[in-house]
Amino acid sequence: MNKQKRDLVYRILCTCFTILFIAMMLLMVHRLPPLGRPDNPDINEVAEFYVEEGPEETGALNAVTGMILHYRAFDTLGESCVLFVAAVSVFILLRIDGEASNDTIVAIDRRYEPTGDPILTQTFTLLVPAVLMFGIYITFNGHLSPGGGFSGGAILGAGFLLFLNAYGLEKTERFLSSAMFRRVTCAALSFYCIAKSYTFYMGANGLESFEQAGVPGRILSAGLILPLNICVAVVVSQTIYSLYIMIRKGGFNK
Amino acid sequence: MNAFLANLPEYAAMVLFGIGLANLMLAKNLIKKIIGLNIMDTSVFLFLAAKGYVENTLAPIVSAEDLGAIDMANYSNPVPAGLVLTGIVVSVSITAVLLSLTVRLYEEFHTLDMDEIIHMLRRRDREELK
Repeated sequence: MNKQKRDLVYRILCTCFTILFIAMMLLMVHRLPPLGRPDNPDINEVAEFYVEEGPEETGALNAVTGMILHYRAFDTLGESCVLFVAAVSVFILLRIDGEASNDTIVAIDRRYEPTGDPILTQTFTLLVPAVLMFGIYITFNGHLSPGGGFSGGAILGAGFLLFLNAYGLEKTERFLSSAMFRRVTCAALSFYCIAKSYTFYMGANGLESFEQAGVPGRILSAGLILPLNICVAVVVSQTIYSLYIMIRKGGFNK
Repeated sequence: MNAFLANLPEYAAMVLFGIGLANLMLAKNLIKKIIGLNIMDTSVFLFLAAKGYVENTLAPIVSAEDLGAIDMANYSNPVPAGLVLTGIVVSVSITAVLLSLTVRLYEEFHTLDMDEIIHMLRRRDREELK
């Protein structure tokens, strides 16, 4: 069998398999209970506990934030670590060797991205403060309203990318360098880990520990959830920024 | 027909998953394969997010006045939202690592075609054996 024929057979087999697979899954969905009924089996005592007891036990009005940063805080620590490890692996894969001079790096950067475009600069001068402010707002209100560390961090990261594209690397490097990335991310992850380990060690109910639930509804309430949200936002924004900069030019400036 | 309309997001998620799977298997371009993987991820998120919906309820964000007498019947399910969050993080990380691997492969072989890359690798092995 020559190459074209083999290719054709492979394509036909793949298509048949996909159609069979979709049909099977559709039949499965057909037998699921209709969406949105309050008596569906997935609205069980777990969800009920998170909504009914969560706000009083954690102090967070947002039940999702209370769930992921209080009851399942170590799961969220794992997620933040996954992001950090992804950033580090991309750094290992894409970094330019140590001998490359600064000129090469600038040349590589110039090849892919235009810098100093007047329209971009003017628009982003207006946009960047608003975007950063919105990201900070979402992070700090994670326990009161929709949002939290992950969404706020993604918006902050997008704001950094806008800043980078508007003003170029030299100005961004002043506050976002490789050392800054390492220090800030590691500090956020370690603070998260130590603070949460301490609360779990003290019985995980906030009785004997420094975390106080406070008055639900205030910004400074819900114990550790606000600091943990800030840590997660720092990790997420730094990861997004570093992923972008490494795929764009293979590492931070020397 | 009513049952079909009620479960529409779930049907859509399954079809999207199939499209992504077909894209992953059939596309030769590595970037297109990664796009297929992302479509599969998105379909799973759609399925989970649809599962959290309950008719005539609010998002699971309690108003401060309700504290003390919270009734689950007024709020939708918060558990799938947490699961989707985990999924999104993993999906972003995998996409970043795959894209950087693709950049490296392109620098090495100057093509994104999977078959050509395998072909070149085999030829290189044969030459090394000689």
